[in-house]
Parts: sequence; C-alpha cells; structure tokens
Amino acid sequence: MKKGRYGNYGGQYVPETLMNPLIELEEGYERFREDGRAMGELHHYLTEYAGRPTPLTFCRNLSRELGCRIYLKREDLLHGGAHKINNTLGQALLAKYMGKTRLIAETGAGQHGVATAIAGAVLGLDVDVYMGEVDMERQRLNVFRMELLGARVIPVSSGSKTLKDAINEALRDWVGSVKSTHYLIGSVVGPHPYPRIVRDFQSVIGQETRIQIMEREGRLPDVILACVGGGSNAMGMFTPFLNDDVRLIGVEAGGEGLETGRHAATLCAGRPGVLHGAMSYLLQNEEGQVLETHSISAGLDYPGVGPEHSRLRDEGRVEYAAVTDDRVLHSFHLLSRVEGIIPALESAHAIAHAIEVGNRLKGDDVMVITLSGRGDKDVAHVSGLGGRA
Amino acid sequence: MGNIESCFRKSMHPLLIAFLVSGDPDPQIGLEAARAVINGGADILELGVPYSDPIADGRIIQRAHLRALSKGAGMDSTFALVREIRRQTDIPVVLLLYYNLVMQRGVDRFYLEAKDAGVDGVIVVDMPPEESGEALTSARRAGIDEIFLVTETTSEERLRLILSMTDGFVYLVSSLGVTGVRETMPPKISGLIARVKSAGSLPVALGFGISGPEHAREAVLAGADGIIVGSAIVNRLEEHLNDPGSLFRNLQDFVSSIKGAMISAR
Repeated sequence: MKKGRYGNYGGQYVPETLMNPLIELEEGYERFREDGRAMGELHHYLTEYAGRPTPLTFCRNLSRELGCRIYLKREDLLHGGAHKINNTLGQALLAKYMGKTRLIAETGAGQHGVATAIAGAVLGLDVDVYMGEVDMERQRLNVFRMELLGARVIPVSSGSKTLKDAINEALRDWVGSVKSTHYLIGSVVGPHPYPRIVRDFQSVIGQETRIQIMEREGRLPDVILACVGGGSNAMGMFTPFLNDDVRLIGVEAGGEGLETGRHAATLCAGRPGVLHGAMSYLLQNEEGQVLETHSISAGLDYPGVGPEHSRLRDEGRVEYAAVTDDRVLHSFHLLSRVEGIIPALESAHAIAHAIEVGNRLKGDDVMVITLSGRGDKDVAHVSGLGGRA
Repeated sequence: MGNIESCFRKSMHPLLIAFLVSGDPDPQIGLEAARAVINGGADILELGVPYSDPIADGRIIQRAHLRALSKGAGMDSTFALVREIRRQTDIPVVLLLYYNLVMQRGVDRFYLEAKDAGVDGVIVVDMPPEESGEALTSARRAGIDEIFLVTETTSEERLRLILSMTDGFVYLVSSLGVTGVRETMPPKISGLIARVKSAGSLPVALGFGISGPEHAREAVLAGADGIIVGSAIVNRLEEHLNDPGSLFRNLQDFVSSIKGAMISAR
C-alpha cells in the first residue's frame, strides 16, 4: 500500500509549502516513537497528569434496562473532561521534541482546544486556538477555560463558522508559520501522517479496554460503539480490536434526519472527496463544493471524516449508523438519570445507538461504549433548548 | 512546447499573469473584469474556479470565492467564461483550482473539457507531485500544461521532482503563507529565483504577496521571468463593487501600471 494511504483514502493533498513540514513531521514522529525517554515522558504525563488508565465502568442500571451487559470506557474522567488529552499531550511532546515553540489547533466543541491549552500550559508552549464563531457561542464555557489556561482563542467568521472553517484557518496559519509552529490536529483527519499519529496516541483507549474487559468478563466484548465526527475516539477504541471477532459500530451525527439534509453523517450519506488534505468520505454537492453540516453537538459538526474510517466502511469491517438530535438528547438525559453520568453530547450519540443495538442483544452479551467526554460543557446549551432538566 | 512556454520565450519582457476568481462578483461583471485586465496588458489570464474551502487563499480571495459561489458560479460557468474570452483573444488562460473539484468532475473529463473550452494550463493548488499521477496523465493526454508550485520550504530533491513534472512555467511562491497583499517583498527573493532557475530550464513566475508596481519592479530585478498578481487585483475589484462605472477603468489602469513598471525595470 502507498505511504499514508488507507486503500484509496488518505494521502497528502496540501499546498506545496506544507509538504516539507509534513515530511519533517513524519520523520520526527518516527524518531519520537523509537525514543524510550520520550515515550517514558508521555507515559508519565498520561498517568500522573491526565489520569490514565481510565475506568471501565459496568452500568448496572442501564444493563438491566437494555437486557445486556453494558460497560462504559470512561474517557470523560480524564483531565480536561475528554479523550482529547491523549492526543494533545502526545503531539505537544512531539512538537517540543522537534524544537517547535508554538502550537496551533482547531476546535469545535472546545474540548480539543482545552486539551491543547492544557498541554501547552504544562509543557511551556504558546497556544493559539481557532474556533468558529457559532461554536464559540454554543460552547462559551470552553472559550473561557482556554483563556484561563493561557491560550488565545481566535474567532473564525468564514464559511459556516464551525469546525471545518476552524481547520481551514489553522491550515492557513500553519502555511505561514511552519518554522516555529506545530499544527496540533485534534482528530484522525488531515494529511498524512496526522491520521496515523492521532490514531496511535488514541489507541491507548482500546488497549486499556482490552485488558480491562478480559479481567472482568474473561473474554472480548461482542459489540463496541463509539461516536464519529472526525473519528479519533472511535479509531483509538477500534484499532486494537480490528483483527478480532468483535462487532464495531461508529455512530455519526444524524442531526435533524438524513432526509432533511441537515446532518453531519459523512459516512452514511457522503461520497469520496478531498478535504483538509486527505481523500475520504465527504458531504458535498454534485460539483464538489463542501456542504454545511448540522449537529446538536459542535464536536461532530464536520463534513469530513478520518480516511481510515472510510476504508473500514468500504471493507464492511466497521458498521456506521447515524442518530438524530432528539434521540441524542433523550440519551443525554437517560444516562444522567439512570447512571448519574452526564455525557458529552458527542458521546451521547454512541449511547443513543447503543440503546437500539442493546435491545436486540442477549442477556449475556457484552457491549462496550466509549464515553469520550463529560457533558458539563453542554449543560448550558441543553438547558437553553428548553427541554426538561 | 505549449502556448504558455512559447509565450514566455517569444516575449521581450517578463510576463504579467493576472488572477481573478471566475464569476466574481457575478458572471457579467466577472467577464468584463477579465476583459479589463487583458486590456490593461495581462500576458496570461489566471482564473480561480470558485470553491467553498480555498485553504491556500487569504481573506481577499476567500471573499471573491464566496461572492462567485453565491451567484451560482462554478466549473460550468468557468468554462463558459473561458469560451467568451477565447472569442476575443488568444492569450494563454490558466485555471487555478482545488483538487476536489477536479476529482468530482472526473479527472479525465475535467482536463478534456478544459482543453475544449480553450484552457492552456492548470494549477491544482493542493495537489503536490506525489498525488498527481492520475491528473498528470490526463493533462498530458488532453494537451494541457500542469503547473506546480515551488516554495522556499521545497527541498532540493523535491525541487528536481517538481521541475521534472511541471510544464509551461514554474510557479514560485514568494513567501510562506496564504495569498494576500504584503507590505514588502522578502529580501532573499533573488536567491530563491536563482536556485529554481539553476535547477531547470522552465520560466519562473513569482506569485503571492505582490501588491503593485513597486513589488513587480523588484521581482523583475530579482530575475523573475513573470509575476503573478492576484489579491491586489481582486482587492481593487472589491473596492469598486459599488461603483461599476469606474471599476473596469480602474482595473485596467492598475494592471497597466504594473505592466509599465515591469517593462521599465529592465
């Protein structure tokens, strides 16, 4: 297979200015991975600072309701409140290793921006975060958190003013600042080698889950679910199970319903194209103009998806489904009430689909869901929607 | 040798390549704007195909893309525009676009249709040589020059690779960053031009950040065979959107002033 390709997907569709920096990044990453001291440092930060390993929580009440054995992989308990920090600590250490002094990042829900700001603060790197104006409005708490952590949040007013446009702006910054700056992409998207780097740093989710479920159940799970925007928590969870007889399901943002066109279900409703440096499934019109997306959750509100997911979709190794905003809200409330855990709206997508899948499983069947983040950031938004508390 | 390279070879002076986004702000004014820059003395017309996510472009050209898209411009209207221009002049026309538009059209079909419309060269901004296999085959079969970009971050090894693939001219990016009007020309520009020229035989055109006659003069003195002016022209167009009466005159005069500075520089 060609370097940086997942089947036909992936690649490096970037302006010439970025080619050499990407080559340097790939070489730097190879050295970093082989450097025992660097990996030891990453391990140190992941355990003593971020809070790894995270628990695998058996959900007694939800299991009883759905009639199967349900576990949550608790990435919501990490420092910062989401899985994003696995990747930002890794890439920030890599950036330092490569002699960079500044990090830039895009953020949708703000979780990746917060996680980058945390990594920058603790490792002594300057941080600028690009964030769409629409997202700044619906995730105000996270904007303030980033600023508290010493990052500068730069509003993006172009296009749909959401995650896609924040990535455009970060790429534009990077084209001019590559010598001093590392672009810390937050998901398994972008040009090679980013999808691989982010997947590697997030694979700790699946690796821990594998060990924990063997300890608890003495066998691998029957089904694993994770939400998919760009797809980093899902890739991190799925990767260690790809060669096993485990049903893997990625859950996309169905917004107001696929038939309305107001959604962000790239793998369910898109077709292959090129966005942000990689070939992958893409929500686009016939000519190839990228469509504006809609989701109740800012973190999934993205018209592209990681290239490896595209290959896994085509191969049929991973199933992809979409759930609508109202079902997401229902599961947001359900998990809060039944298990005392307020999930991020992103993660609530996986819960929502798990309810449907779980109803068809047998009592002994084991299901694992990645709870990729906690929902504190969404509380104001959900209460603003006027729903019941 | 294609139309573009022979245009460089035949010319007594460095060439002025003028950029507009096709159909900005609408099809009619877009066509008249193209005529105005040609009448002002542009030697090659470079047209951006409107795209929703132009990641290599700064704010001025981003806004032009959005204006054009909002009036329904795209690939079809760009080909129509090239046909109109072809009725008036035979100066080389180069399309500048992003890969997804080529892919969705169908790579082979895109180059054949472009050739049929009268396009001489194509620049796919986000397609480095490593990803160009299919496009290059189609471009050569259709008889279109595929033009690649070179920047100061391009290594010697990749420079040789790019020069072995590019036809027409080498598009040398003057400074890091996206397109846009800059205050000054980078100081090391003559060294960069010399480096690219010594590695191959194609003409070298300098683009990104050239704001007007003074920069154009500096670029020519630094050894450029051509210069590409984009944002500065689009900026003029944008400033006169509410005053179409003076728009075309202004564009023509601006292009003409750059051309004059280039000719008198040598």
